Amino acid sequence: MEPAFVRRTPIAPQPPPRTMTGALGWLRENLLSTPLNVALTLGIVLLLAFAIPELVRFLIVDAVWSGSGREACLESVQHRAIGACWPFVWERLPYFVYGSYPIPERWRVDVFFAMLAVAVLWLMWLDAPRRDLGVIYAFVVLPICAYVLLHGAAAIGLPVVDTVLWGGVLVTLVVASVGIACSLPLGILLALGRRSRMPTVRLFSTVFIEFVRGVPLITVLFMASVMLPLFVPGYLEPDKLLRALIGIALFASAYMAEVVRAGLQAIPRGQYEGAMAIGLRYWPMMRLVILPQALKITIPNIVNTYIGLFKDTTLVFIVGIFDFLRTVEVARIDPKWATPVTSTTGYAVAAVFYLVFCYGMSRYSRAVEARLAAGDRR
Amino acid sequence: MSTDLTRTAARGRLAFYNDPRVRSLAYQLVLCAVIAFLLYSAATNAVDNLRRAHIASGFGFWDAPAGFDISQTLISYSAQASTYGRAFWVGLLNTLLVAALGIVLATALGFLVGIARLSKNWLLAKCAAGYVEIIRNIPLLLQLLFWYNAVLKSLPDVRDSIAIPGGAFLNNRGLFLPAPQFLPGFDAVIAAVGLGIAAAVGFRLWSRRRQERTGERAPVFSVTLALVFGLPVAVFALRGFPLNFDYPQAGRFNINGGVEVLPELVALLFGLTIYTAAFIAEVVRAGILAVARGQTEAAYSLGLKPGLTLRLIVVPQAMRVIVPPLTSQYLNLTKNSSLAVAIGYPDLVQVFTGTVLNQTGQAVEVVAITMLVYLTISLCTSLVMNLYNRRVALVER
Repeated sequence: MEPAFVRRTPIAPQPPPRTMTGALGWLRENLLSTPLNVALTLGIVLLLAFAIPELVRFLIVDAVWSGSGREACLESVQHRAIGACWPFVWERLPYFVYGSYPIPERWRVDVFFAMLAVAVLWLMWLDAPRRDLGVIYAFVVLPICAYVLLHGAAAIGLPVVDTVLWGGVLVTLVVASVGIACSLPLGILLALGRRSRMPTVRLFSTVFIEFVRGVPLITVLFMASVMLPLFVPGYLEPDKLLRALIGIALFASAYMAEVVRAGLQAIPRGQYEGAMAIGLRYWPMMRLVILPQALKITIPNIVNTYIGLFKDTTLVFIVGIFDFLRTVEVARIDPKWATPVTSTTGYAVAAVFYLVFCYGMSRYSRAVEARLAAGDRR
Repeated sequence: MSTDLTRTAARGRLAFYNDPRVRSLAYQLVLCAVIAFLLYSAATNAVDNLRRAHIASGFGFWDAPAGFDISQTLISYSAQASTYGRAFWVGLLNTLLVAALGIVLATALGFLVGIARLSKNWLLAKCAAGYVEIIRNIPLLLQLLFWYNAVLKSLPDVRDSIAIPGGAFLNNRGLFLPAPQFLPGFDAVIAAVGLGIAAAVGFRLWSRRRQERTGERAPVFSVTLALVFGLPVAVFALRGFPLNFDYPQAGRFNINGGVEVLPELVALLFGLTIYTAAFIAEVVRAGILAVARGQTEAAYSLGLKPGLTLRLIVVPQAMRVIVPPLTSQYLNLTKNSSLAVAIGYPDLVQVFTGTVLNQTGQAVEVVAITMLVYLTISLCTSLVMNLYNRRVALVER
């Protein structure tokens, strides 16, 4: 018997069900796949629906944008819900940036900020021209200029500004830059020392690294601020800020040493042997063969250490130095602006400041990592 | 790496100052001399400066009366009768308390967030990632100040205390929790807990040996659960529930009864937990991602169920990667608890390096003791960790 119908051409493929592709499919797959997932999604949506409007309300809608004193931000005076108190931040901004640096001399700080920005850009932009000059600028020219500018030199007509008056972002950036600039070379030396074949060098490096890493930064800062003056001759009397800088630099270099050591350990033995076989001595071998490779694979960890260091600069607060966080803290309890929202406003500004710097560093390190890894991609 | 060839060459042709061994000896001598000189000059300067400032040295202050109050004391302490030494122990116990509580809470939160970051739920994963990125990039000190000054200090006062379900109260003077009171007969419950744990360990050993011999699996998990939790609960019920709670009572000006938790401790715990959990989350995520996908697939193809795969294949391998960095996070938390000094929680640094140092002026001794304490904690932890690591590390050829 002949079949009634035989299909001679294949059916055109049907599109997948609408609920499995596109936005709907994505929702099903990523948000609503199981009952547990549905519950989680609902919970988070509820949480966000509460938190985001509240945040927007506090920061923008109910925020006070102008005023000249605490009355502008007081609920009892304004008769409305009050969010962030921005005129407080606006008025204290110079204090947050310069601390108590004398007002007629503040242009010197601005020049320092500009020079620092040039150094950072020059070194961070990997295709910048003459980066070798940039290194000399950042590590030789800039420190000398910064010292002369910020501290002052009577000889060229810049009045001396005592470091007690320094404060705010200025101090935070000075402490962070000194820590960043000192910790890498010191850390490399310590790491090489710990892997040295000379027993005393190894012993001293190991003891130093383990000791510093075993104690909290606060105790190192306490040691630098109360014990250091005892250990130097009475006539030296190191400056308070300098003492904190020494403490931070030593602390950061111990952590950096371990990071660099991890990188050194990852370099295969053949690299050392190859370098020796072509007749390189210890330092040329390190400089030309080992360290470039070791530092390259360590970049993410180095930047992580820098981020930690940048956050740790806030601890100088505790030994009485007016860094950015301390200026926020002082401004916050100033009776002129004493309102229930002042603290939260001040802390929000500080949080954004640190977030921008630290997140920026971590993004940058990821970009550099990706670029350097280009050679390893297949 | 110097071979016999270079050695003979060194002896034959090279001047002695080009001999690597002579050089290395010379470098080390110079280094030792420099360090000895630094130590010597530091010591003589310190003696000089201390004499000029009329500051006593030595540890005589340890037994001198302290004369200051401490807001939270786990052991008996009074300003008049107690010594600086006692104050040291009070501070140390407070540090250990906050570290222990912080470690437990941060581990729980950190594992949750770390697993959430790997969740298939897009919204959950993104929220967890946002949490980690934001919290990790804001200094801990700022977070502590925020929790203490902006959140806890702006809570309502005693009269308008926030009542938390379960009989607790929260106000700007702290957290008031129900205090457990152990009635006679409760010691039997404690004994049952000990017995249950011992029996569970014994059962595990026995069942493993039996499985190795016969291949039969015993229901280890449910038996362990029954022994560790079921047994104490049963004893607890049999003895007639010998536990009472002293609930805090809200009054007009005060809250009576219950346990008072200082706002400083609450703020410190909040800050430390939330901050450290962000780091632990990253450790956990890295650990789980480090277990190759093939491991899971191989386990499935052997016929293991997902739960068993997780327990027998994935978690043991992930823990090998997780535990070392996790311990260093625990150490960081302990060291970070010294930031308590910024919000006035009476930990070791606040009590000892703060008040005692100010009163006695003996900076060298006080800072040295404080550092020694933290150093001891760190070194003990590293020691235990190294032992653990040696046990679980992959054994290769």
